[in-house]
Amino acid sequence: MSDIAIRVDNIGKRYHIGALQQGGGRFRYRSLRDVIAHSAGTPFRAMRSLVSGGGDRKGNEETIFWALKEVSFNVKRGEIVGVIGRNGAGKSTLLKLLSRITEPTCGFAEIYGRVGALLEVGTGFHPELTGRENIYLNGAILGMKRAEIASRFDEIVAFAEVEKFIDTPVKHYSSGMYLRLAFAIAAHLEPEILIVDEVLAVGDAEFQKKCLGKMQQISAGEGRTVLFVSHNLAAVRQLCTRGVLLHAGQVAMTGTANEVSDRYVHSMLATRADRFKRDSTGYTDVRAVNEEGRPTSSFTFGEPAFIELDLRVNSGSDVQCGFTIYNQLDVPLLLCASEYGGVRLDHGDHRFRVCLPYEMLRPGSYRIEGAVWDKESVFHQDNFLCSFLVVADRLNEMHGRSSEALFVSREPWAKL
Amino acid sequence: MTSARIANEETTPEPSGVAINSMSVTLIRPSKGWVSLKLAELWEYRELVYFLTWREVKVRYKQTAMGAAWAIIQPLFTMLVFSLFFGRLAKIPSDGIPYPLFSLSGLIPWTFFANGLTLSSNSLVTNSNLVAKVFFPRLAIPISAVAAGLVDLAISFLLLVGMMAFYHCTLSYRFIYLPLFILLAVVTSLGVGFWLSALNVEYRDVRYTVPFLTQFWMFATPIAYPSSLLQSKWRILYGLNPMVGVTEGVRWALLGVHTAPGPMIAASSAASLLILVGGAFYFRRMEKTFADVV
Repeated sequence: MSDIAIRVDNIGKRYHIGALQQGGGRFRYRSLRDVIAHSAGTPFRAMRSLVSGGGDRKGNEETIFWALKEVSFNVKRGEIVGVIGRNGAGKSTLLKLLSRITEPTCGFAEIYGRVGALLEVGTGFHPELTGRENIYLNGAILGMKRAEIASRFDEIVAFAEVEKFIDTPVKHYSSGMYLRLAFAIAAHLEPEILIVDEVLAVGDAEFQKKCLGKMQQISAGEGRTVLFVSHNLAAVRQLCTRGVLLHAGQVAMTGTANEVSDRYVHSMLATRADRFKRDSTGYTDVRAVNEEGRPTSSFTFGEPAFIELDLRVNSGSDVQCGFTIYNQLDVPLLLCASEYGGVRLDHGDHRFRVCLPYEMLRPGSYRIEGAVWDKESVFHQDNFLCSFLVVADRLNEMHGRSSEALFVSREPWAKL
Repeated sequence: MTSARIANEETTPEPSGVAINSMSVTLIRPSKGWVSLKLAELWEYRELVYFLTWREVKVRYKQTAMGAAWAIIQPLFTMLVFSLFFGRLAKIPSDGIPYPLFSLSGLIPWTFFANGLTLSSNSLVTNSNLVAKVFFPRLAIPISAVAAGLVDLAISFLLLVGMMAFYHCTLSYRFIYLPLFILLAVVTSLGVGFWLSALNVEYRDVRYTVPFLTQFWMFATPIAYPSSLLQSKWRILYGLNPMVGVTEGVRWALLGVHTAPGPMIAASSAASLLILVGGAFYFRRMEKTFADVV
């Protein structure tokens, strides 16, 4: 028992979908008029709902949405656990429950140790206050004592590299400085258990690297427990020892970080089939294939990689298609288009194979976004046509990390 | 470990560097109905209350040309208008005190109360990013909104002291009771702030109600007129408005009017406490949905 840091037991969170705001996953606030109009016939119940705080609001089956249902897992002390899953799988809800921002509807969780939750960097920063003032304010918001902040103040300032501007209002900071300062404070929070949302999704590549490094240091060097929620599979593989895959509010799988990310990639591939059911002009399938033409989701570093495109054209004239490859930091790397490939898209079904500059692709995860269009209109656009990984062997992984470069060159060097 | 035992161990964030065996346990589970106020937890977060208050104070008059002078300008100009219309034209009695001094002594605690009410009722909504992203006792937010007003109150009291000197009004020993009446004003604005801020999270109607509320409330409070206009049998009922107790109390302590603390002020104190305790429990009850709704 003593080696368990977080125990989640059958936890569930219910929302009322009638009151859900689109995409936001929150209640829309009600206006008193709605309540009055709704309950003109039942004034007594209306009064109850005013006082009850929504906790025991009854909804019928259709208006109920379980953001999380029967979720159970354990996290051992010193583990770094990655929580992955698609948008809407319940990752953020889980974090909000564990960081006590919102309450579960049923079930319970126990956390053994001091918790620090980081769902956003720079929460509570005020633009009019100076860097110094914001450090104290934000530190207090994250749960640090004033004495603790004071003792780490110099470290925080040095880490953020804002020594010269520490007494300038942060509204005059560049966005990079602002982020560095915000993260520096968070990084010097020293809880026994750290809960981190995708705060790393902001900022430039260098900044993200710094964050990852700091997190690795926190867990490896100092033996603290980290629960890390991310879309960034490469980061999860790199950082985490174990993984939890959420699907539609339930735990689909727990295992090692690599097993879980593999499964996630496969589930993405499987559900992808539905997206391509179409009769109109557009892609009917897009997949990554290896040298033998077999669909795959991962290539070893340096292995030839191809993208196969199936598409149907039955409208428009002079139709073109293309796709862009993004890396895990969402940097667009490469554009491939039918125009450059020298193919014409007449009406009918087409299948193309495009060779990627695989020798240059660094280990990491990649995503393909594409569209089909003509001069008048865009027939099909999708920002997740397919994804694949480039997996490093041990040696390359070691060397690759120290550089920010997007590509590598494997061209042999001429000895002169 | 049984859950009953865990439930008894409150979450106490410990200073880091404490040995791991003194581990704190956090139990996360649904709460039902009326929940405890968790004042101990609020006390743990007292530094956060301090910093939030300090932020409010720091930011309030940033980028204003007049700065903290606004704390004086508001009651000063209201006093001038009141003195002209109610004092000079309507000739409203003022318990034998020069009318400007009479109205200012009412306006200063009133301005504190009205500002505290307005700011605290909006506080959860304006701090929605904090509420949605960080855990802490939510009561800290309306508390700091009210507490920040104390600085303005202190500044505006300078104006009152100046006016008293101008009218050669001498202080009696009774001014040592002044903090009690300020406390009554603080308790009242906290209580109303708890109610309104919690309601405002779900019903934004509150935002539109507050200006009316403060306006009506002001006329129900003896600021422009003395409560001695009322027949004495109505005074206790009148005192159920806690701001009646505050205004009369301040006048009694500083200006020596005859409304010595009595049943009216007792009624005000009782009403004020009731609002505070009720508001705090209502707030705590609604608190669990704040992050989802705000």
